[in-house]
Amino acid sequence: MKVLAYFRSLAARVFRRSQIADDMEAEHRSHIQHRADDLERSGLDRAEAERRAAIEFGGHQRYKEECYEEIRGNFIETLMQDVRFSLRVLRKSPGFTITAVSTLALGIGANAVVFGVLNGMILRPLNVPQAQSLFMIERARGDGNASYPDYLDLRDRNRSFDGLAAYNIDQVGLDTGENPSRVWVLEVTGNYFDVLRLQPYLGRFIHASDEHGPNSAPYVVLTYAYWQNHFQGDRGVVGRTVQLNKHPFTIVGVAPPEFHGTLLFFSPDFFVPIVNQEQMSGVNVLNARGIRSGVFCVLGHLQAGVTPAHAIMDLNSIGSYLEKTYPKDDVHVNFALSRPSLYGNFLGPPVRAFVTGLMLLAGLILLAACANLGSLFAARASDRTREVALRLALGAKRTRILRTLFTEAVLISLAGGALGLWGSVALLRGLSAWEPVPRFPLNLPVTPDANVYGVALVLALVSGILFGMVPVRQVLRVDCYQVVKSGSTGTGRRITVRDLLLVGQIAICAVLVTSSMVALRGLSRSLHSNFGFDPRNVTLMNTDLRMAGYAAGAVPAMQRRMIRAAEALPGVESVGVIDMPPLYGGGHGALIFRDETTDLRPSNAVDTAYKFIISPEYLHAAGTALLAGRAFSWHDDENSPRVAIVNRAFAIKIFGSATNAPGRYFKTRDGARIQVVGIVEDGKYFSLTEDPEVVIFVPLLQSPSSETWLVVRSPRDPRQLATAMKSTMRDLEGGLPAYISTWTKELGFSLFPSRVATISLGVMGVLGAMLSITGIFGMAAYSVSKRLKELGIRIAIGAQPGQVLNAALGRAVKLLAVGSAAGLGLGILASRVLASIVYQATPRDPLVLGGVVLAMLLLGLLATWIPAQRALSLDPLTLLREE
Amino acid sequence: MSSQAQLLPGTLDLLILKAVSLGPLHGYGVLLRIGQISDRALLIDQGALYPALFRLVHRGMLKANWGTSENNRRAKFYELTPLGRKRLREETAGWNRLATAIASALAAQPEEI
Repeated sequence: MKVLAYFRSLAARVFRRSQIADDMEAEHRSHIQHRADDLERSGLDRAEAERRAAIEFGGHQRYKEECYEEIRGNFIETLMQDVRFSLRVLRKSPGFTITAVSTLALGIGANAVVFGVLNGMILRPLNVPQAQSLFMIERARGDGNASYPDYLDLRDRNRSFDGLAAYNIDQVGLDTGENPSRVWVLEVTGNYFDVLRLQPYLGRFIHASDEHGPNSAPYVVLTYAYWQNHFQGDRGVVGRTVQLNKHPFTIVGVAPPEFHGTLLFFSPDFFVPIVNQEQMSGVNVLNARGIRSGVFCVLGHLQAGVTPAHAIMDLNSIGSYLEKTYPKDDVHVNFALSRPSLYGNFLGPPVRAFVTGLMLLAGLILLAACANLGSLFAARASDRTREVALRLALGAKRTRILRTLFTEAVLISLAGGALGLWGSVALLRGLSAWEPVPRFPLNLPVTPDANVYGVALVLALVSGILFGMVPVRQVLRVDCYQVVKSGSTGTGRRITVRDLLLVGQIAICAVLVTSSMVALRGLSRSLHSNFGFDPRNVTLMNTDLRMAGYAAGAVPAMQRRMIRAAEALPGVESVGVIDMPPLYGGGHGALIFRDETTDLRPSNAVDTAYKFIISPEYLHAAGTALLAGRAFSWHDDENSPRVAIVNRAFAIKIFGSATNAPGRYFKTRDGARIQVVGIVEDGKYFSLTEDPEVVIFVPLLQSPSSETWLVVRSPRDPRQLATAMKSTMRDLEGGLPAYISTWTKELGFSLFPSRVATISLGVMGVLGAMLSITGIFGMAAYSVSKRLKELGIRIAIGAQPGQVLNAALGRAVKLLAVGSAAGLGLGILASRVLASIVYQATPRDPLVLGGVVLAMLLLGLLATWIPAQRALSLDPLTLLREE
Repeated sequence: MSSQAQLLPGTLDLLILKAVSLGPLHGYGVLLRIGQISDRALLIDQGALYPALFRLVHRGMLKANWGTSENNRRAKFYELTPLGRKRLREETAGWNRLATAIASALAAQPEEI
């Protein structure tokens, strides 16, 4: 009640200052009048009485100021005093201040960075109007999305959405009259921009009314970034014609600056109508109902008042209609709704799980930092017991002393927070500008915003209060009489709060060290595991022959010419062609039927295999081992029987064993009987964490693909080779945009998730290790300095170095052991989560366990080294004399 | 001057509380009342009274209302709040203890030691 009244009166006075001034003035006047009345009664005339009364009263301005002091002085003045005092105290112990501020800066910085990522990737809604009602439609079973005809049915039959749009991601050759280049486009349905409720920045968008059947809408909408970077923001660009895959397209508009499609991490260059798909990708799946990957993503705004559950029911009723109407093409049509920003359930859950996990770890770091600072503060407070006792004895209030301690804590936390935030903002800016994967316009949209600043501030204040609270009990218990008399507090032998804090902090650090070790080990294993090919010394060149206008029939001949030309380069050992290298995030699925199956509907298929289209030399060039049978030859063409090479997993799954597979047959969706002519080793095809997949390789002469990856094995310097290859290809075909890189570098794409995981966990581990070093060091140094006298006596009466160390540091080492054991156990539990992200991450690995134990031992040794030296080098004579 | 004593620090509040506890008073009245109950032995600067009154109101010991004085003038009258009454009791007890202790200490004779 008192506090409440205090604040009410304070607020009232702050806000009604002039009224108070008037009030005071009136009261002073009234006083003088009353005094004058008395004086008048004693015989003075009125004027003289008033003069005397005013003189007796004194300087009423001064009293007014004194009244103000009563309120202001209690708050802002005291605060300023505390701040000044704390600054002075902190300046006197720079070591403590620097340790505390940098510890906290690390803790807050780590949290701000991770929160920045969380904020950018998960919390921040998409940059489109009413993003909260925007959903994408997925198949519930996760196999593909929708074919274009299915999309049309969904669009026209649903009663839950305000329009449904769809898009594909594709790469096309762009020729603006200068250098031909490859650009990333979104092929969008005509209603795309209208469904997303966007307005063009310049010109106009594509609309549903532009679509009049295949290839009817040769229009381009540029993204703002592409317009700025490649057309220098030229407003005259609208109406210009550019060549896409040698077809003329007209630029009709520019999208708003903040819009780059609905995938957070993907920035395409421009938008083209999906009805012109044939000109883009060379295939036309607009009528192919069976091709479930016909459109990449279907999305739309839910109508007002429609819940996601209702929408799913509505969609599933369309699904059962599709199953009934097209039994050959549509089976198990069940839908789910998800957010389009992380491509629904494909990336959303793992990214969310990972970032949340990281956030937890960062929270642990901050907690460890707070525990660290808490014990530092507690140690400091007990060192200052004398000072506190003295101040108490001189009449200071305990609350006032606590206030100065808190002011100190908050000052440190604010300084640490500011420093950490500064570092993390720089890091986040860097991350946003980073393009992790060459060739893909991927980025991490994690630019810090007000949320990040706010969170950092709150964290700083909360942690300041958290560790400022640790010494409170200590101060409240100080008995100034005892302290001033005896010069020290009784050193209790019981388990103190500080011990618990230290154990907790070491446990947290051990968790971090364990997880980073597990991740590192997993990454190193995945780098050395068998991919089923050998990426070393291989240069890849990617081009798409349809961009140079090659028709399907002319493609294989050209690819053969490219192989021959590359082979002729000096230093080249072997060259092959594949339509899409394994571990490239792609790979086409092919339904596989047994030879005896006659009804080739999808539900009768035995499996879906990844299909790769290769040239005869590919296996050799890629270093894929042939286990049985033969490789392809250039005679496996369209006139000869259909053949395939399968991997071991395929042979075992379909034919029962690897040895009897060559010569046997299987069927594909188009009814062709395909003979297995060779078996190759298993490898990794889609991701490093996948279970063994079934895979078929087919000769490019029998199923041509214009997408061309030249696999060139050569020990030469990749850069020289790239230059040579570029000029050779230019001689072969002038207008062919080509992309050249090494296979090892390209693998970065597949290793990206585990690499990110490892780097972030490694950083967390290092932070944890640093915190535990400072924590143990602080504790050990403190316990030595606290007991200098006792140790001196021990040495004087003949203690051996071992006994001295035991007395000085035994407790610290015991705490370290307990904390490490607890942390190791927790870390092993936590690493189960890791296993889903980092390939082959398992904590049940003697190397990891040994590594963690060793690391913690080293940390302990490092941190106790200096205090131990100090304890051993004590000279009892000097010490006892001084005391 | 010898018949008047300087106030010890902190005792002004106690005196004000005591004065007001005998009935609501305005500022000048408080001054008169203290003079009256201390037989004019205690000297208080007239203006210095007001910061103390202000402080006591601010801390919830007193409450103040404008009214009309016996001289038929407008004046601000102060009254004790329950909190102020409690404080007065405590401070009075504390003061008495201190005064007794000091008095008996000062009254000590050589033969008593």
